[in-house]
Amino acid sequence: MSRAALEQLQLLRLQQTVDRVQQKVPCYQEKFARAQLNPGDIKSLDDLRRLPFTTKEDLRQNYPYGMFAVPMRDVVRIHSSSGTTGKPTVVGYTRNDIRMWTQMVARFMTAAGVDINDIVHIAFGYGLFTGAFGLHYGAEEIGSSVIPISSGNTDKQIMIMQDYRSTALVCTPSYALTIADRMEQKGISPKSLALKCGLFGGEPWSDEMRREIEQRLGLLATDNYGLSEVMGPGIAGECQYQQGMHIFEDHFIPEIIDPDTEEVLPPGSVGELVLSSISKEAFPILRYRTRDITRLDYTPCACGRTHVRMMKTMGRSDDMLIIKGVNVFPTQIEEVLFQAEGCQPHYQLIVDREGSMDTLEIQVEVNECIFFDEMRKQREFVDKLQKKIMSVLGVGAKVKLVEPSSITRHEGKAQRVIDRRKR
Amino acid sequence: MKVEQISIFIENKSGRLADVTQTLGDSGINIRALSLADTSDFGILRLIVDKSNLAEQTLKERGFTVSKTEVIAVEVPDRPAGMASILKILDAGQVNVEYMYAFVERCGGNAVIIFRFDDPEAAIKVLTSNGVHVLEGKQVYNM
Repeated sequence: MSRAALEQLQLLRLQQTVDRVQQKVPCYQEKFARAQLNPGDIKSLDDLRRLPFTTKEDLRQNYPYGMFAVPMRDVVRIHSSSGTTGKPTVVGYTRNDIRMWTQMVARFMTAAGVDINDIVHIAFGYGLFTGAFGLHYGAEEIGSSVIPISSGNTDKQIMIMQDYRSTALVCTPSYALTIADRMEQKGISPKSLALKCGLFGGEPWSDEMRREIEQRLGLLATDNYGLSEVMGPGIAGECQYQQGMHIFEDHFIPEIIDPDTEEVLPPGSVGELVLSSISKEAFPILRYRTRDITRLDYTPCACGRTHVRMMKTMGRSDDMLIIKGVNVFPTQIEEVLFQAEGCQPHYQLIVDREGSMDTLEIQVEVNECIFFDEMRKQREFVDKLQKKIMSVLGVGAKVKLVEPSSITRHEGKAQRVIDRRKR
Repeated sequence: MKVEQISIFIENKSGRLADVTQTLGDSGINIRALSLADTSDFGILRLIVDKSNLAEQTLKERGFTVSKTEVIAVEVPDRPAGMASILKILDAGQVNVEYMYAFVERCGGNAVIIFRFDDPEAAIKVLTSNGVHVLEGKQVYNM
């Protein structure tokens, strides 16, 4: 598709989406009114930047169904993502949305080398998260044979990959390394597997990690990108040339902004990715601030696809961490600490990687309200924190008590996060 | 009948115990008894000193986390089964011991043991009514 034809399609779909949210979604009615904007004002793609942004906070305020643009009888699926205050953000899909999502996933899976002959091993956890179902439907659409093994039990995963002759592995990149570690321990050669490609997503990973996975599992590893607020996996994915992820611009319009000034930056700049969905029915979203920092490359790709490519995400414009594929905000931990004894101790999160698994240590400075003279109570306090953090974050953490003032402070402000993982 | 004890949170890293004791020494505070409970990450140092208010203040100024608790000093016959006889009395009186440790000095011919009880009042009653001698704070600080 030529860029001119693509832009014509984008404008038409954008106008339809703006019209629809103006009619159906109170949050957008209010936003447009505040910006003194009428749907008719969107006359060209440049007018996109006149639209107000949508943030995670908007979604939270409209929890659970406030952002839906269709009645519930038209919604056939609900997914959600983890939220900072214990409340997740909820997204819905109509039958058409599921069809479009399926096609977009099929598109990037095809680009990554999956075809009708493949046996696709899906080791994402099936549930409210969009990862497993998204890839599952996409692979079936292609006509591959899907093994919905879900996450966990690495030994069984390896056995099934050997016996069922899985050819495509779908999981987080860190889990791919866990599998490689386990195979090494058991003396299983990657040659005894039939893997040819791996489609990894759900967390940021480096090119070094890509090379390591490729070498240790003997496959071609590609990256894909998605977030449940916008749709889930299938927003962008790499082709076999591994030169960035093609964003499917016939359904999503990307922009790069300066996260501080909110100005749109010229092509090629590094900044925060902002996404608008232009064909979704149940949960259309305009100018969503993804908080992911990246760069867009509009130059033609060797594969011949004309869609723009986004580079691997280089960080976040907020303080969100991705630990074992789960989104973690330091504020969540702050709340747990506060609730524990009603005071706010200084703390620091230390994220590291042991072997291929992420680890989280929370150092908490002891003060009088969390110091007990009895060892039993002190240890109970630590256990209670660890359990509470596990239930709130969904990720295990080690709590370590440290002496007052032992956490480094810069200009009085404690540095909240130390991430020792290699990017 | 109660004795003031100060407890200090100590991270498990080298030199911390030396820092605490040096801080106290610099202020002319004498340690009368001590115990250390530890885990792999941290420890709780418990001290009986001759000037506990000054000790608390000095340590807090130096940035330590300090708490004050009341413990009980009990005279225990210094002979085989002396300790057992006291514990039997406490058990019969249904008093729980949170922790205990020994005092360096003797009181007459007897050993002195520091106890932390969940219910100190009940413990004192049980002990004294069974003829066990509980020491006064003043006596302990200056032993």
